Amino acid sequence: MSKVLKLDRRWLPLLGPLLLFALWQLLISAQFVKPVLLPPPGATLAHMASVFASGAIFGDLWATIFRTLCSFGIATVIGVPLGVMLGSSEAAYRSVEFLIDFFRSTPSSALIPLFLLIFGITDINKIAIASFGAMLIVLFNSAYGVMNAKKTRVMAAQIMGVSKWHVFKDVMLMESLAQTFVGLRSAVSMALVIVIVAEMFIGSENGLGHRIIDAQQVFNVKEMYCSILVTGALGYLLNLLFLLIEKKLIHWSGKA
Amino acid sequence: MSGALPISVLPPQAAAGESDSLLTLRAAPQTHVTVRGLSKSFAGKPLYTNFNLDLPRARIVSIFGPNGCGKSTLMNMIAGLVPLDAGEILFDGKSLKDTKIGYVFQNYRDALFPWITAWDNIAYPLRRGGMKEADVRARVEALVKLFEIRFDLQRYPYELSGGQMQTVCIMRSMATEPEVLFLDEPFSALDFEMTLFIRAKLQEAHLATGTTMVIVSHDLEDAVFLADRILLLTRRPTRIAELVSFEMARPRLPEAVADPEFVRVKAHTLEVFRREMNA
Repeated sequence: MSKVLKLDRRWLPLLGPLLLFALWQLLISAQFVKPVLLPPPGATLAHMASVFASGAIFGDLWATIFRTLCSFGIATVIGVPLGVMLGSSEAAYRSVEFLIDFFRSTPSSALIPLFLLIFGITDINKIAIASFGAMLIVLFNSAYGVMNAKKTRVMAAQIMGVSKWHVFKDVMLMESLAQTFVGLRSAVSMALVIVIVAEMFIGSENGLGHRIIDAQQVFNVKEMYCSILVTGALGYLLNLLFLLIEKKLIHWSGKA
Repeated sequence: MSGALPISVLPPQAAAGESDSLLTLRAAPQTHVTVRGLSKSFAGKPLYTNFNLDLPRARIVSIFGPNGCGKSTLMNMIAGLVPLDAGEILFDGKSLKDTKIGYVFQNYRDALFPWITAWDNIAYPLRRGGMKEADVRARVEALVKLFEIRFDLQRYPYELSGGQMQTVCIMRSMATEPEVLFLDEPFSALDFEMTLFIRAKLQEAHLATGTTMVIVSHDLEDAVFLADRILLLTRRPTRIAELVSFEMARPRLPEAVADPEFVRVKAHTLEVFRREMNA
C-alpha cells in the first residue's frame, strides 16, 4: 500500500498537465469551442511529433535559442560586473537606482520602436532589446547580492587583517552569487520573452515567435498551438537547467 | 597647557574636563591592553567618557554589566570594529594595526564562509596571510589535535551542528596565533551541552597557548566560570563598577560551579550587578 503511494508521489507532477489536456479535450468534446479555433490535444501533439520528426521546426527553434542565449550572454557579461561594482558602493547604486527601477518597470516591448530607430529591422535589434531587458534584471540582482552581504562575514574577514580587495573577492562577491543566480534565472526567461515578441513584430524570417504569428495569419491553428507548446517547453527547460546549475554551483544557497 | 611641563610634574590624574593618556596614567604591571581616555557617545548621549582600563596579559577577562551599558561596544572598540570618538588603545604599546587579534562572533552561522569547507574556513586566514600550504596543513592539524576534533572538517559549515560551527569559529580565530582573542557572547546561541563543551575547549586552548582573552557575556555563570577577572560595568554613562579577581586553578571542571570559592565570587558579582542595576 505504502509502496504504491510512494510510486504515486513520484508521478504527481504529471497530474497537472494530464488534467490540462483532459480539460482541453473536454472543451472540444462538449463543443464549447469550435475545432477551427482550438484543435484537439491529440492532434496537436501528433503534429508536434511530425514537425520534430521531419525536422521542420529545428530552424526556428535553433534561431530562437541562439538569440536568447546571445542576449543572455551579453546581459551577463555587462550586468554582473556592473551590478557588483554598483553594489559595492551604496552611493553609486543610489544615484542610478531610479534609472534602473524605471527601465525595469517599463515593459521592454514598449521600447521596440525606439530600438527599431537605432538598429533597424535586423537580427541585432532583437538581440539588443532582449539583452537590455535581461541585463537590467541581472544588474539589479547582482547589486543587491553585494549590498546584502552579511555584515558579520565581512567583519570576520576584516578582523583577520585581510586586504580590502580580498574581502571584496572572497566574501562580498561569493556572498552575492546566490542572488546573482536568481537574477540570471529570471534574466534567461526575460530574454526568451523579449526574443519571442521581437520575432513576432520586428520583421523576422525565422524563430518560434515568427512561426507562431505566421501560423495564426494563415489560420493553421494546429501549427500555432504546437509552436506555443514548444516555446513554453523551451522556457521551462531553460529555467530547469539554471536551477540545476545553481544547485550544483551555489550549494550553500538557502542554507547559510 | 600642561603638555609643556616635564612629565614628573604632571598630576597623576588629568584635570577635570581633560582626558587621560598613558602619560598621565601609567599601565599596571603585567598589562597587555591599555585603554586610556576613551570616549564614545551615541546620538549625542555619552556612553563612555574618559574611560580607562588595563587588561592583564595571558588572562581571561569577562565583561559583565546591566543591559545597554555597552559591554559589546567596549569590546568592539578595542577590537577596532567600532570607531572611538576619542582616546587611545594600545596592545603592548603597539596600535591595533600592528597587532594580530582574533574574534569569535555570537552568530557563528553568519561568521563562517558557507562556500568553503570547515577545514578551509580554518585555513583561510593562514592562506591569506601568505603561509605555505604545507605549513597551513600542519597548523590546522595542530588545532585539530588541540581541540580534539572528532567530526569531519571536510563538510560545509551548514552541515555541522551549532556547537561544531562555533568550535570551527574558535579554531579559525586562533589559527593565526592571535595575541588577543575577543569572544562576543560565544555561548548565547548554544544549548547547555555545547556550552559545557566549548567552555572546556576554550580553557584547554587558553592553557596551551596563554592567549589573552576578552569575553562578553550576558550569563553571570558563564562570565565567572571562565574568568580570571570579571569586569563589572555600571549603567550608562558607563564606568568600571569593580574588577573582581577569581583565582581558581584550571582546568575548571563543570563541578566547579559548586565550589565555595566559585559560589562566593558569583554571589559577590551578583551583588555588585544588582546594586548597579538599581543605581
